[in-house]
Amino acid sequence: MATPTTARSGEGLPPELADATRDETTLRRFLHGLPGVDQVGVEQRAAGLATRSIKKASKLQAIDMAIAMVDLTTLEGADTPGKVRSLCAKARRPDPERPDVPQVAAVCVYPDLVATAVEALRGTPIGVASVATAFPSGRAAREVKLADVKQAVAAGASEVDMVIDRGAFLSGRYGLLFDEIQAVKAACGDAHLKVILETGELVTYDNVRRASWLALLAGGDFIKTSTGKVSPAATLPVTHVMLQAVHDWHKATGQLRGVKPAGGIRDTKTAVRYLVAVNEVAGPRWLDPKLFRFGASSLLNDLLMQRRTQLEGHYSGPDYVTVD
Amino acid sequence: MTTWDYAPAPESRDIANLKPSYRMFVDGKFVEGTGEPLKSVNPATEEVLAEVSTASPSDVDTAVKAARRAYDKVWGRMPGAERAKYIFRIARMIAERGRELAVLESLDNGKPIKESRDTDIPTASAHFFYHAGWADKLDYAGYGPSPRPLGVTGQVIPWNFPLLMAAWKIAPALACGNTVVLKPAETTPLTALVLAEIIQQADLPPGVVNIIPGAGGIGAELVNHPQVDKVAFTGSTEVGKLIQGSLAGTGKKLTLELGGKAANIVFDDAPLDQAVEGIVNGIFFNQGHVCCAGSRLLVQESIADELLEKLRTRVSTLRVGDPLDKNTDVGAINSSEQLAKIRELTQAGEDEGAERWTSPCSLPDKGFFFAPTVFSNVSQAMRIAREEIFGPVLSVLTFRTPEEAVAKANNTPYGLSAGIWTEKGSRILYMADRMRAGVVWANTFNRFDPTAPFGGYQESGFGREGGRAGLEAYLDV
Repeated sequence: MATPTTARSGEGLPPELADATRDETTLRRFLHGLPGVDQVGVEQRAAGLATRSIKKASKLQAIDMAIAMVDLTTLEGADTPGKVRSLCAKARRPDPERPDVPQVAAVCVYPDLVATAVEALRGTPIGVASVATAFPSGRAAREVKLADVKQAVAAGASEVDMVIDRGAFLSGRYGLLFDEIQAVKAACGDAHLKVILETGELVTYDNVRRASWLALLAGGDFIKTSTGKVSPAATLPVTHVMLQAVHDWHKATGQLRGVKPAGGIRDTKTAVRYLVAVNEVAGPRWLDPKLFRFGASSLLNDLLMQRRTQLEGHYSGPDYVTVD
Repeated sequence: MTTWDYAPAPESRDIANLKPSYRMFVDGKFVEGTGEPLKSVNPATEEVLAEVSTASPSDVDTAVKAARRAYDKVWGRMPGAERAKYIFRIARMIAERGRELAVLESLDNGKPIKESRDTDIPTASAHFFYHAGWADKLDYAGYGPSPRPLGVTGQVIPWNFPLLMAAWKIAPALACGNTVVLKPAETTPLTALVLAEIIQQADLPPGVVNIIPGAGGIGAELVNHPQVDKVAFTGSTEVGKLIQGSLAGTGKKLTLELGGKAANIVFDDAPLDQAVEGIVNGIFFNQGHVCCAGSRLLVQESIADELLEKLRTRVSTLRVGDPLDKNTDVGAINSSEQLAKIRELTQAGEDEGAERWTSPCSLPDKGFFFAPTVFSNVSQAMRIAREEIFGPVLSVLTFRTPEEAVAKANNTPYGLSAGIWTEKGSRILYMADRMRAGVVWANTFNRFDPTAPFGGYQESGFGREGGRAGLEAYLDV
């Protein structure tokens, strides 16, 4: 069983990585010294792996794995306690007619609705994830962001999805960003930290790789692609780069960190392509909700419909699964 | 830890419309050859797929004379715009029967269905489309006004890309106004004979394309036939030399596309993960049965250990097995002879002191399979660094400076292709300028397009195929 390990920076890291976080200069040197990512090559590889044909028993297994990896998400201005409670009911029992369907990994909400979700999920192993740090833009003072995190954790969030300051990253202030992620990590206490890179705003794969390593060095338990509020959100090649980063991180440190693509993954076919990438780029070890999540809302119902299709031999349609 | 085994996802072999017997195609008709029939074998199962009639020397004569008549009476004088219509039709029909051709190709050759489906057949169709476009524009190809065709072309092709090589040969010949007698390889004649069906259905005038299966002797008969005006051969350097020798002084035009021992050069500033992909694609694509395969990896010493570790991890994930399974990455070796040759050379590698690493993948019980293999600590003096293995075997050498990389890369009698991996644009130009190779890929490998000329230096042959440059081989210029 894979157990994610969390490291405060420097602690337990091999010397070359511990040294990278010594100051702004060494951090910059390290990040800029990472091998580049060739755009054509990574996109070709992602497209190639996406042609894997997953059928029969392996498809059913993939569907169940994917369901157990879903962070069932609602992040709307219009969210209410009622909406969150019904989402939690869906998380507990995704397909009421089929109790053997696995529960999802977590429910993901705004900080002010964490208490509602915690209450609704009491007694289940389902996590409550809260976005924080002035989600989705991350444009707020450090104190505001930390207060945001502390409020979510105090309300019972077991996972915190922070957004990075993309402005700081794009202007090369890596030290600032590093300190901020570390401060958030400290404010999280026992809660797991997912670091949202918002890859749609980082644009290049080189940036994605650097931001991934920066987040891992600063102690992020997960690296997450997107907020879902910026287009493009998760893409396969971006997820390839991030999966490679956690794979390489494990090789270098022995520590297991996770990846969460979020936004735009709406159907089973797409989810299976991500799982293939997990299996073949990071390795089978990452086929675990502790190390891989889907940030999604409508994906769950498509998984449920495809699961029924696999078991019953015919497609039944959206009227036979619950909307939330 | 979770294990997730992909269920078998085989493409249905029924799609291939496999027939118990195939006949040769001469003068617009399928006829029984008078040579000894051959049996085409599925290299993945060793079962006989079909019996194929072959040509005798007199059949070669009949085919060449049919091609001569078709050239003199119809094809040689037909306006280019009219020729183009036929060639477009062939391109469309290949695309329409793509699935059938892909499955048949994988059965006969042993290559994975994902490659025949996504590379061989679409590229074959693309070659006809591309050259159809040239047929009425030859005046503007840069070879002067109204360039004339050569006449009858005798073409001999190998077994590694059976349909694609047929397309590379036939499409430019037809576009330029020549007629064709083509001999497919002994072990892989089937898709060429389905192409003959397509050519027949496309209503190409009788004799314009003739396809005559047979062994090497029939190939020799064809290229030496006095009424053949041009010879195009793709295959081994050994046979290429024989052909060049026998054609000397005859006035026939000749193009040869022969073996290779390409260097794939990785500098320390390369995009490493994509370089690993390129190395894998360079040597394990089509089981390494690729004349331009990146069979020598030259890696800068400062990153050699890191790169090799990444490479071994990646190669371990390659799925070797049933060519018809859509998830197979590496299929079957084409014949027992080829398998024996690969075994002999890898044994030589071990005997000469190179360090062998073989993928821990499982291999099927039946059929001709060879696990992906990487030799490290290879030196230029070893056979595995000098001789073409034509299999899934990579030889890894190291270098220290760009000059040393150039010297090692060019230290071969071959010169077909090379790969350069670096994030530095100026270094790509510096290296490409110094590579004695017909094709140089930068930060990629094994990419083919009908618009890009392909061909070699030195013992890799001469003449170009594809692009505007490729037309020259089929025009009297």
